[in-house]
Amino acid sequence: MSVGDFYNYFTSKDVLAKELIIYISEYLGKNIQKINESGLSTDKKIYEIVSMYFNMATEKPEMIEYFLRVYLSNREVFGDCCEGMICVSSFITEMMLFFDDGVESDELENQDFFSAFGLFMGYLGGMVFLFGEKILPEPLEEYKESISLNIYNALKKR
Amino acid sequence: MRSKKDKKPTILWFQGVTCNGNTHSFFNLTNLEQLLNHFEILYHPSQQSTLTFDAITDCKEEADIFIFEGAYDPSMKRNDVLISDILEYYAKHAKYIIGAGSCASFGGIFKASAPKRNSGLIFNEEKHYGPLLAYSQKVINLSGCPMHPEWMGYTLRMIANNQEIEVDELHRPIELYSNLAHHGCARNEYFEWKVDADNFGEKEGCLFYKQGCRAPMTHASCNKILWNEVSSKTRAGTPCFGCTEPGFPRLDFFTTKTNMSIPADVPLGISKRSYLTLSAIAKTFHIKRLEGKLIDYKKTH
Repeated sequence: MSVGDFYNYFTSKDVLAKELIIYISEYLGKNIQKINESGLSTDKKIYEIVSMYFNMATEKPEMIEYFLRVYLSNREVFGDCCEGMICVSSFITEMMLFFDDGVESDELENQDFFSAFGLFMGYLGGMVFLFGEKILPEPLEEYKESISLNIYNALKKR
Repeated sequence: MRSKKDKKPTILWFQGVTCNGNTHSFFNLTNLEQLLNHFEILYHPSQQSTLTFDAITDCKEEADIFIFEGAYDPSMKRNDVLISDILEYYAKHAKYIIGAGSCASFGGIFKASAPKRNSGLIFNEEKHYGPLLAYSQKVINLSGCPMHPEWMGYTLRMIANNQEIEVDELHRPIELYSNLAHHGCARNEYFEWKVDADNFGEKEGCLFYKQGCRAPMTHASCNKILWNEVSSKTRAGTPCFGCTEPGFPRLDFFTTKTNMSIPADVPLGISKRSYLTLSAIAKTFHIKRLEGKLIDYKKTH
């Protein structure tokens, strides 16, 4: 595709950036929706979400890299029609439903959404960053179980 | 027995376990006198009546419209007559049976105080149960704590005019109870943009997110047919308590039940996934005009 041809598909680079983040959000959202609807207990759902996220980081690193290094680091690009949670709502909605189910089933501590969300996604983002920087001594796969357990222990009802 | 020369439909208003709230509410009906001109009041505990209480509990009279206020307690006696016998007698002979208020409809507050004993006339909450199940076809429930006076007014006018009253699965008139209390709420713009009222009693902000408002899931026309023709709970700054629904009373009237900040119950007929998607997006926008006092905004813009 020639450079100019690009604009036949996307009116600007910002629009492309926005479409990419929507695509990634929907990809994550659909996968988490399957987990949410699986009927698994909350600790097992956490493991499935962690696995899905780490698998994505291993098999489709460009998607996670884009999310962490472009979307989160260049918010000014996403100011027009992509502010706040608009472009990542598919992903956020499924995480909300995950937490809602966890509290409703009496497995998770009822607390502020962002306190729990930050703990969960911040942890995963940090691990994927370390993986991307080739700092981790073990393959990402090796950390799934311990990280899932840590997240569950941090969020479970006391 | 009374003669049948009087052609006006007759009303008998009888009470079970009650606080009199529905009687008080009904007496606030604007055109009460005009309405009652179409009927003969055989008996009302707080109104001049044709018959005495003794005559009523003798169970020898008949009424076209039997109105029951309060919860049903099978062990209760009135004038030393079991209330179940009184109900059975008048229900059998009446053309219409009206459950006035949530206690008569579903058990309400007085069911909550004796959940294994008390109930409504044909419902215990939303389960079919009660002393008049055999007469269910005649029963019209006007739930509410109390019921809105206009709802009783509407029902009696329909009866006086020989018009059919279509009811829902809980025997409430559809014309009155197909609306949600949310319809006509003066705070709807705040609901649309998910702007909360942070404190109780504020004029601005939606009461759904923090203050316990049940209007988006409560069948009632309170914000369309205003109370005393001027107001409603939400207009006055009080959340809707969901008092017309069979699950009333819930605990914590002034608190919205949330799971990690997410409303445990979402507006009627909308999936939680759809609602959360919409609300997460709406919450993204910060509309200055809706974030403070409207008067202050108007003065500065």
